[in-house]
Amino acid sequence: MMELPLHGLVVLEFSQYLSGPSAGLRLADLGARVIKIERPKVGDAGRKLAIKDLWVDDNSLLFHTINRNKESFTADLKNKEDLDTIKKLIAKADVLIHNFRPEVMGKNGLDYATVQEINPRIVYAAISGYGTKGPWKDKPGQDLLVQSLTGLAFTTGNGTNGPVPFGISVADILCGAQLVQGILGALIRRQKTGAGALIEVSLMESLLDFQFELLTTYYATHQQPKRSKVANGQPLLSAPYGIYATADGFIALAMMDIHLLANAVHCDELKRFSKEQAFSARDEIKTILAEHLIKQNTDIWLTDLQKQGLWAMEVFDWEMMTNHKAYQSLEMEQVIKAGKKEMITTRCPIRINGQKLVSEKPAPQLGEHNEQLHHDFIN
Amino acid sequence: MNLLQDIIVVDFSQFLSGPSAALRLADMGAQVIKVERPGTGDICRQLYVSDVMIEGESTIFHAINRNKQSYAADLKNPDDLVKVKLLLAKADVMMHNFRPGVMERIGLDYETVKQINPGIIYAEVSGYGTEGPWKDLPGQDLLLQAASGLTWLSNNNNENPTPMGVAVVDIMAGTHVTQGILAALYKKGINGEGALIQVSMFESILDFQFEVLTSYYNDGRQLPVRGAVNSAHAYIAAPYGIYKTNDSYIALAMTNIPAMAELLQCEPLKQFIDWNDWFSKRDQIKRILADHLITRSTACWLEILEKADIWCAAVLDYDSLGKKEAYKMLHMEITVKTSNGLSVTTTRCPIRVDGELLISDKGAPLLGEHNKEIEQQFGLVKQLEGSN
Repeated sequence: MMELPLHGLVVLEFSQYLSGPSAGLRLADLGARVIKIERPKVGDAGRKLAIKDLWVDDNSLLFHTINRNKESFTADLKNKEDLDTIKKLIAKADVLIHNFRPEVMGKNGLDYATVQEINPRIVYAAISGYGTKGPWKDKPGQDLLVQSLTGLAFTTGNGTNGPVPFGISVADILCGAQLVQGILGALIRRQKTGAGALIEVSLMESLLDFQFELLTTYYATHQQPKRSKVANGQPLLSAPYGIYATADGFIALAMMDIHLLANAVHCDELKRFSKEQAFSARDEIKTILAEHLIKQNTDIWLTDLQKQGLWAMEVFDWEMMTNHKAYQSLEMEQVIKAGKKEMITTRCPIRINGQKLVSEKPAPQLGEHNEQLHHDFIN
Repeated sequence: MNLLQDIIVVDFSQFLSGPSAALRLADMGAQVIKVERPGTGDICRQLYVSDVMIEGESTIFHAINRNKQSYAADLKNPDDLVKVKLLLAKADVMMHNFRPGVMERIGLDYETVKQINPGIIYAEVSGYGTEGPWKDLPGQDLLLQAASGLTWLSNNNNENPTPMGVAVVDIMAGTHVTQGILAALYKKGINGEGALIQVSMFESILDFQFEVLTSYYNDGRQLPVRGAVNSAHAYIAAPYGIYKTNDSYIALAMTNIPAMAELLQCEPLKQFIDWNDWFSKRDQIKRILADHLITRSTACWLEILEKADIWCAAVLDYDSLGKKEAYKMLHMEITVKTSNGLSVTTTRCPIRVDGELLISDKGAPLLGEHNKEIEQQFGLVKQLEGSN
């Protein structure tokens, strides 16, 4: 295995749940030594947050998924002795991540100004829900709520549905990803200037950035983008963009010329629409198409469409996908031994010099590395 | 000093995945040069959406490509190719999102470029990776959503598989390639070595699902089941979802059901004292809640719930969001200007550095707008003459 790009960097993660810890996970997979700083006895609240009641040990499978490849150090930040120890760690760290509410780190005496005094080279990276000022600064930074407040729920589902949220914690994940970019940019600058940086990202700004195409169009027109009533794929896009039921499953159709589509799937009724109507008459076009595509099996349509070079794909569920050679050839799954159990999870999606980044190091038990870290950094 | 001061990025990519990564690098201070085909350029210039155009070009092209330069070059023309190679010799990063094999045919594959510039970070975004039966399929957002199982996670169970209404695959792949590039630049700062960074949209959208996929891998491979009522997440218990009120909608995150029932004075909900039922009977619970919440206004419910620190929020569209003080205070909107005087309002980079917003007023470039400037900056014409 080659030496990973962030080898030698030390990251302190004062974070819980997903946004901050997902950033820590990416930095760990890229080679950094990531240390979770956790409250004694309790730790990251994510340890006790399970989905489908799946547990690996005392900790949920979800916690193990997000926190593999990290170490854990326990400290009570309200205890002076512990705080002094943490400050010694900070003096030797390269990056500090936190996702507490704006004033919490200050109360603990770990605000940026104080930390910068201890270690002027540190990159101090903070996640908030809605920024550090303004009327929403104390609102809970929870994924569904941020989706709801930023207009995102009106991009998905059909116009006949109410607002439909994304079924993935998209705000947390994007915010974590933006934070990683800011941290790495600051580390690159530090190589030239020797100085650290303050990097701040909020869940809300991350989700607004995510909608930048829709928002830029909205700023130009002042018209709320409308979802199509049938087979909505993306509010700004013309027919046929969307997903349709077939006789035995579902098919996704991307952008394509309506007349080429009409020929490919032998649907003469579509031919009366001009190219210019692909947006304005999209509900009508999509309705006709939906009634037509239900008549035959997916593979017949796919063959017809792909023969014409039109962009279409079968809609897979995870069972179909994981059984497919295209998925298997990626080797996206990795096995991790956590205590006596084995768990399977995904690997880092970035490849470097042709190598996949895998790591067999499981998530840490609470305080598992206290002694080691004392030895390495404090004594 | 900007984070990526003096970093030169030569970007051959089109549409969204690669260009969104280059935009982030530009906002962090890199000089980003789009290399485009003369005559047509990035296909995204002509990708009109919802009939909205700015100066004959699509609005989204302007959103994605602000703060960049454009260098028009025909990679099939030997002179142009020599100039591009001279440019690559001075670059820190090169990016492309062509299908596998295209750069090999042009002669700008990693092995060749590495010989010109051993310190270069060579980054590529593909649809499905460079091996496997799908490697030649188009890397298109909706099709990747369909291929990756993602469409079975949103909306109610009685609805068709539902794609996410934003180009999430492109954007995730863009963030991953940016992360790879930046990590490689950091390492280059230590040892001077370049790197090959590869990201596929397929791997990126699998990573995006890492929490729920890991659940699937370890729960005996049971497929996710979306809720039948107000579904917001296939794996989360009631009340998690968006509900209609008598004047709009309200979002409710995780909370204790009987405690919430008390606050809302919703008698039939009080019986659900066993938290295991909150998942197993979530449709039943959510139906009761939906029937109750429809009776009063969003503001009324918010007032009751917020006071008790229950996680809830109004559900806003862009019109109502734009009026909120909390939105205005973020200064998320910026206006950029193109060289022919056109103003475009768009969003800024979401990262703040040392308390400052990262803002640039430079609009998207006209096709080939910076040819002269770039040839001068890098001495391309002189070197071309010297090499002939």
